[in-house]
Amino acid sequence: MKYNFDWSIVLTGEYHQWLIDGLWLTLKISALSIILATALGTLVAVLRMTKVKALEWFSLAFTEFFRNTPLLVQIYFWYFGSYVLLPEAVNKWLYKQDFEFAAGVIALTVYTAAFIAEEIRAGIFAIPKNQLEASRATGLSFLQAYRYVILPQAFRIIIPPLISQFLNLIKNSSLVMTIGVMDLTYMARQIESHTFRGFEAFTAATLIYLVISLIVSLSINLYNKHFLRQIKY
Amino acid sequence: MRWDVVWNNIDYFLWGSLNFDTQNMRVTGELGGLALAVVLAALGIFGAFWLGLAAGLMRLSRRAWVKAIAVIYIELVRGTPLLMLIFWFYFLAPIVLGTAVPEFQSTLIAFIVFTGAYVGEIVRAGVTALPKGQMEAARGTGLTHFQAMRLVILPQALRNMIPSFVNQFVSLTKDTSLASIIGVNELTNTATQVNNRTMNAPFEIFITIAALYFLICWVLTATSRRLEKHLARYQARGR
Repeated sequence: MKYNFDWSIVLTGEYHQWLIDGLWLTLKISALSIILATALGTLVAVLRMTKVKALEWFSLAFTEFFRNTPLLVQIYFWYFGSYVLLPEAVNKWLYKQDFEFAAGVIALTVYTAAFIAEEIRAGIFAIPKNQLEASRATGLSFLQAYRYVILPQAFRIIIPPLISQFLNLIKNSSLVMTIGVMDLTYMARQIESHTFRGFEAFTAATLIYLVISLIVSLSINLYNKHFLRQIKY
Repeated sequence: MRWDVVWNNIDYFLWGSLNFDTQNMRVTGELGGLALAVVLAALGIFGAFWLGLAAGLMRLSRRAWVKAIAVIYIELVRGTPLLMLIFWFYFLAPIVLGTAVPEFQSTLIAFIVFTGAYVGEIVRAGVTALPKGQMEAARGTGLTHFQAMRLVILPQALRNMIPSFVNQFVSLTKDTSLASIIGVNELTNTATQVNNRTMNAPFEIFITIAALYFLICWVLTATSRRLEKHLARYQARGR
């Protein structure tokens, strides 16, 4: 193997800036999708508990469909095919915005929400049933009982698996490069094709992903060690 | 709605340009589409099973350096996006090996290496979940550690892991769509090709593709759930 390493290319100068920009975009799209996916996932999980047949079916179909189709296909669907679902005026407006970014956020949100909904459902099942009964008996409505009693407890239990879903989302966000969102993976690929310095570019990007993963895993461990054991039923 | 676009290309989506020439009695064209995705996933999970078994058992080893190799491999791969790994094998293999590696082979290797790390964790969890008494009793009857592992622990542990393996297989089936990014002509790639050519039915095409993936993955997930219930009965339990 004849290859002269030139690490300066990713440590200084223009290409270094590209990587930083890519990292920034990866963090931005991940953070936004994490917030939206958690909200949507919670909603879908609670719908499954309502005992209203139509809502339960919707929730079931949502989780089953989006968990069992590839994220990449979903990204292509939202990017290329979603215009059929929306009125003309909305489409025109969307195309003037950063539509790639929006399609990426929607795809990541919906895909991850399906997984998060299942985690939250598992958390809700872990809460003893009499919690709901007791809170209903004190006069809370169904939604209030979930909002103030069930969900706060469920979330504490499922924080570790929830965070690992967030980590999956961050790693999955690399797929948005396929529709031209300039994230970390996109930039690494771009540097490779500009300079033929694939080793340096991919190593740098991989290391950045690894550091993010490491930080997230460590935070899960810390949580397990210091907070989780205090919760007992 | 332009479902005729999907209908006209359905054979291409299902098995690529493969065709049976009835005049000359021979097969022409290349395998692609859904069939290639399934082949990729099946070969991938087969390779990943052996790699993961080795990695999982190595991680349980008492020798520090053996364990270290497994831990580094598993954690390194699990912290990296699959797409990054595919790029590593595709763009950098030519530099290391000096010759180009075809897309299919290089993605297959990436899938095996990627899934192997996750299978390794499944194996580790499966083995540690068995009651300790199983190993002690096996050793007590005079089996060596290796024999006890092969004849007593793994047959039980692997059976309990089947649902997790199926879930991993579902994941891998979905992940084969990433092979399209470097040009393997599997289902997602056939879809983008047809979409680029026709330009007027992206909604219909991608819904169809999603439905095809869904069909396979959902059947597998349902099987895994059935197995989980079925296998729970045979589990050796600690006290």
